[in-house]
Amino acid sequence: MSQLVLEKLRQRFGTAILETHAHFGDDTAVVDAGMWRTVGQFLCDDPDLDFDMPIDLCGVDYPERVPRMEVVLHLYSIAKAHRVRLKTRVGDADMAGAELDSLVSIWPGLDWLEREVFDMSGVRFRGHPDLRRILMYPEFEGHPLQRTYPADKTQPLVAYRSEAEAGTPLEKLEPFGPDEGMPFGRGGLPRVAEDI
Amino acid sequence: MGDVNRSLALQGSEQGYATTRLDALLGWARKYSLFSYPFITACCGMEFMALTSPRFDVSRFGAEVPRFSPRQSDLLWVVGTISQRQGPVLKRIYEQMMAPKWVFAFGTCAATGGFYDNYTTVPGIDKIIPVDVYIPGCPPRPEAVLDGLMLLQDKIQRGERRPGVVKPRIDPAQQVSELVRLRRSAGDPRALLPALREEKRS
Repeated sequence: MSQLVLEKLRQRFGTAILETHAHFGDDTAVVDAGMWRTVGQFLCDDPDLDFDMPIDLCGVDYPERVPRMEVVLHLYSIAKAHRVRLKTRVGDADMAGAELDSLVSIWPGLDWLEREVFDMSGVRFRGHPDLRRILMYPEFEGHPLQRTYPADKTQPLVAYRSEAEAGTPLEKLEPFGPDEGMPFGRGGLPRVAEDI
Repeated sequence: MGDVNRSLALQGSEQGYATTRLDALLGWARKYSLFSYPFITACCGMEFMALTSPRFDVSRFGAEVPRFSPRQSDLLWVVGTISQRQGPVLKRIYEQMMAPKWVFAFGTCAATGGFYDNYTTVPGIDKIIPVDVYIPGCPPRPEAVLDGLMLLQDKIQRGERRPGVVKPRIDPAQQVSELVRLRRSAGDPRALLPALREEKRS
């Protein structure tokens, strides 16, 4: 497909489009976080673009970068049958300033997706009608898909039974060894068998 | 049950029967009339369906009647991953069941959390409620579940409350000769290794 979408974006917004690429036909534009809503409105309203369907919204954490959190929006136009991927970057090392304008008033389908990004990645959406957690419970602290969230940290809602109360060891019973589970959590990758 | 366990001798023309071990009788009755409460949360549920359908036919063991109220059931089947969010629900369901009650941890996720070693999942339901029989497997085969059911029946008969684990019928680690092997026409793949290493080095 031609790069119609990216060209129009570059013409219309100039420096607010930080970078673009079209790898294997996947048109991607990285936009300035302050222009997030304006660009979204343009993509929705422009008759040549006519993006009427938000496919997905997610957050990707790059802890070594500033700003660290990338928010990725995939859009599709049913009438024109074309797609675009829109990215923006927010938040410093402590996730301060990780705020974006909500796009729910443009695409109502983004309601739960923005809640998910808030829940998992900790990006706050200004103007969202009901920004609460959607996957995790309200008592949960932190945002689990931030890379700084400890991989083995759990936040149980009910107190675990103690071994004295249970009268039996609660550490993994035979035949579940202590080395079962995810390899990074329990020290080292499993040894590859030599005998193929 | 001190009084009822006393042995009674029938004298003269008296007829009938004397109960000497009521707990054994109760155990026998209980183990063949387990009313199930299926608490099914994940893919292991498919295996539970196979178990309850005619091919494996759990009703042979008297455990086929599902009760969708915990107050009417004896056996809690925890089938599938229990997320932290479901923890309070599971505990409440267990507390609503009337004693005597038993619990199955069906599948590796219910037994240990499985590979969900992260923030979402309870690392084994025994962290929240007592478990009578652990059935490992991802998912366990219906035969393994039936083994677990028979183990539970044995426990009920004996009045035993310590947890049990279903062991594999065949331990692959012990019987390597039973495992299928990759067949290569080029012969033993290990013969190629020195050449591969050489190629990598150059």
